[in-house]
Amino acid sequence: MQLLLQQVMAGLANGAIYACVALSVVMIFLAIDHLNFAQGEMATFSTFIAWQFIHWGLPYWVAFIAVVAVSFIGGIAIERVLFKPLHHAPILASLVGFIALFSILNSGDGYIWDYTIKSFPTPFGNKPLFGSVLIDTHEAGMIGVTAMMLGLIYLFFRGTRLGLAMRAAAANPESARLVGIRVGWMTALGWGLAAAIGAVGGMLIAPVVFLEPNMMFGVLLYGFAGAVLGGLTSPAGAVIGGFAVGVIENLAGTFIPYVGRDLKLTIALVVIVAVLMVRPSGIFGRAVVSRV
Amino acid sequence: MMLDVTGLGAFYGEQQALFAVGFELDAGQVRTLLGANGAGKTTVLRALCGMVRTAGDIRFDGKSINGWATEDIVRLGVAHVPEGRGTFVRLTVEENLQLGAMTRRDHAAIAADIERIYDHFPRLKERRTQQAGLLSGGEQQMLAVGRALMLRPRLMLLDEPSFGLAPLIVEELFGILREVNRETGVAMLIVEQNAALALEFAEYAYLLETGRIVMNGPAATIAADEGVRRAYLGY
Amino acid sequence: MTTTPQEHAVRFAGAGAVRRLAWPSTRYCLIGSAVAIAAVLPLTCQSFVIFQLTEVMIYGLAILGLNLLTGFGGQFSLGHGAFFGLGAYVTAILMQHYDVAYYWTLPAAGGICFVVGTLFGLPALRLQGLYLALATFALAVALPQLLKFHGLEGWTGGVQGIVVDQPDAPDFLPIDPDQWLYYFTLAVLLVMFAGAANLVKSRTGRAIMAIRDHPIAAAAMGINAPLYKTLTFGVSAFFTGVAGALGAFAAQFVAPDSFTLFLSISFLVGLILGGMGSLPGCLFGGLFVLYVPNIAQTVSRGLAGAIYGVIMLLVIFVMPSGAAGFTRIAWAHLSRWRSRRTQVNNLIEGRTP
Repeated sequence: MQLLLQQVMAGLANGAIYACVALSVVMIFLAIDHLNFAQGEMATFSTFIAWQFIHWGLPYWVAFIAVVAVSFIGGIAIERVLFKPLHHAPILASLVGFIALFSILNSGDGYIWDYTIKSFPTPFGNKPLFGSVLIDTHEAGMIGVTAMMLGLIYLFFRGTRLGLAMRAAAANPESARLVGIRVGWMTALGWGLAAAIGAVGGMLIAPVVFLEPNMMFGVLLYGFAGAVLGGLTSPAGAVIGGFAVGVIENLAGTFIPYVGRDLKLTIALVVIVAVLMVRPSGIFGRAVVSRV
Repeated sequence: MMLDVTGLGAFYGEQQALFAVGFELDAGQVRTLLGANGAGKTTVLRALCGMVRTAGDIRFDGKSINGWATEDIVRLGVAHVPEGRGTFVRLTVEENLQLGAMTRRDHAAIAADIERIYDHFPRLKERRTQQAGLLSGGEQQMLAVGRALMLRPRLMLLDEPSFGLAPLIVEELFGILREVNRETGVAMLIVEQNAALALEFAEYAYLLETGRIVMNGPAATIAADEGVRRAYLGY
Repeated sequence: MTTTPQEHAVRFAGAGAVRRLAWPSTRYCLIGSAVAIAAVLPLTCQSFVIFQLTEVMIYGLAILGLNLLTGFGGQFSLGHGAFFGLGAYVTAILMQHYDVAYYWTLPAAGGICFVVGTLFGLPALRLQGLYLALATFALAVALPQLLKFHGLEGWTGGVQGIVVDQPDAPDFLPIDPDQWLYYFTLAVLLVMFAGAANLVKSRTGRAIMAIRDHPIAAAAMGINAPLYKTLTFGVSAFFTGVAGALGAFAAQFVAPDSFTLFLSISFLVGLILGGMGSLPGCLFGGLFVLYVPNIAQTVSRGLAGAIYGVIMLLVIFVMPSGAAGFTRIAWAHLSRWRSRRTQVNNLIEGRTP
């Protein structure tokens, strides 16, 4: 029982990371109607830039804000330069765009900053939270910031006209044009937001998993899994999905015999696929009802 | 003349769909574009909104809008209710209506307009927080018209508004359109396959056949001409 | 938003998917000459080039399998590297543990992959688009982990893998094993491409494309969508599994790290760049998968990945519908230019058009 509780808490701690990533995945999906496969690499690249700023002497929070701003602009640039020309191509051509972006960023940050593992500072410290052994201040900070981002994003998409316009542009570009929305710029903005959210995620995760070019790779898979599990149209679902994936992964590794560390990811994915079989839109996702 | 079109050609890739089409529409007027399936009626509306490649001259308030982006044409006050309604299925009914007013800045008036739309279409009010994709065909058509009205347009383009709707609903819808035209003076260009209905509703009609205008005249005259009706309109 | 089946097919697979699969005689001539050239090549080339050409064919075949599922069937797969690996391992295990002759391992590898593919297709029926992508992705990630799993090490050889003996040429042919493998692969390739072409042209093929373009209408016409979709998965896995078996002969060993997610993604990239829904495009895809990573590495070791990405982008910007789409468009422009030239000439010389 004690072991179960420990593993659940450990899973939740990991889950905070996955929840953060899952949140960015869903946000981007809502904004651009695509899964951004290069999300992790964009986040890693941003985190490297942050590391560089800090290395050059900027205080943490200044670097943080600067990186978020730079990432926002970078995201817009990526959309205008890379994906806009592919708009009229067959759907899967953009997939090549994503893969290429992934490749370029991954190789690029390795080249610029090399492959040695770097440590990344946390503004929250690493002390146990209120003396508890289960969760420390950084993890609490991570969860807090994730929750805050969730709140802001919810307000943005549900409560502002721009958020509505972005959702509309992603969901039905032609109809969006017919109400006067500049769809091209909405998509670009969506990418900017995606990059900014990813940057925040990267900077929160790096202190835990350490900064190196492949930092996000494993995390991103779990993040996608969490987003899908929670339902791609629900930001809150994504966060819950992320936590769930963390717990499932840990419990599977601990309690299912023969699995151990080797098959943890497989088991997690199998469980997720099983859930999708029962609820194809994810636990909290809204099924898209289409009339024939 | 609010809308003046001369020598309009339209192209889907290499295929030409419209040939030297010309028509005009002044403020407050209700005109209809008739023709069989495939005649090019939808293409005309899409051409007006910059959704297909065009040649020729399209003038709105004397300004040439040829080659303009759809978003910019909309801002001139042109609301298009497209074929298939173009509903934002994942968004709520209310959000769909709000989107219609996306280019406006007068927030209080927007809220008042939404209430007015609900007055015209009480069934939409009942479902205001529901996902729009769950509405029936007739309700979605009303939502589409409502969304167009939220723009406070000067010109409404309607593409086969009666399509797939039960006759009673069609009657209701067209009654509301008549009322709107009377109240606000918005001009309407309606594309319809249901010629009898359209000729009853509009003042003036254009007949389109394989991309060309073959006849035009006051709606009553065309409706009365049995020869024309049999040849072009099928009744 | 409603799209017509036409629009959907064009958006999904590019211009090629909508055209009727008419095969004019020029096509047969081109294929004939290509096969003739292919038959002669190994007699004039060095061993290493022969080996690379063999690999191109193997990857082309693997991509053909994926093409049947994604290009024609409209179902997404990020996991075909797993079927490739499965085919390779079946071959290796049969040859090394059970002394099965190499040619019998091909149908076995294909057959087992067919079964696994069909079984995978069953639950996949409930998943659309992105969710199916995730499931196939899970498959791709699972395979290397399963292969390294120490519970199965007796069979799979664990992390080390299994060594595979390269097949020898039959005694009556005066060629070396590399050349034999080339011809063997070429023969298998031709047979399977012909099979795929037949499938696509057949009623079954049309049913599958109907399901891809408009599933509801297809069902209303009485097409048994679940059956066809599941079978498509199976057939697609069959093709890629056979390619995997051939790959095992070529590489002369199988190991878990040869069949990672990267392989699955490479197949998908090769498919898209070759042109979805195009059979010859698969070979272009195979060429890309084999050569471009190497080219990228030679340009700059440190930035190899970036160069690979940039080349991918250049190809897709220039040829958004893949090589096949590009060829088609170029050919269309050429025919139009030629017919205009003829018209002009006719006018000049006073001939009636």
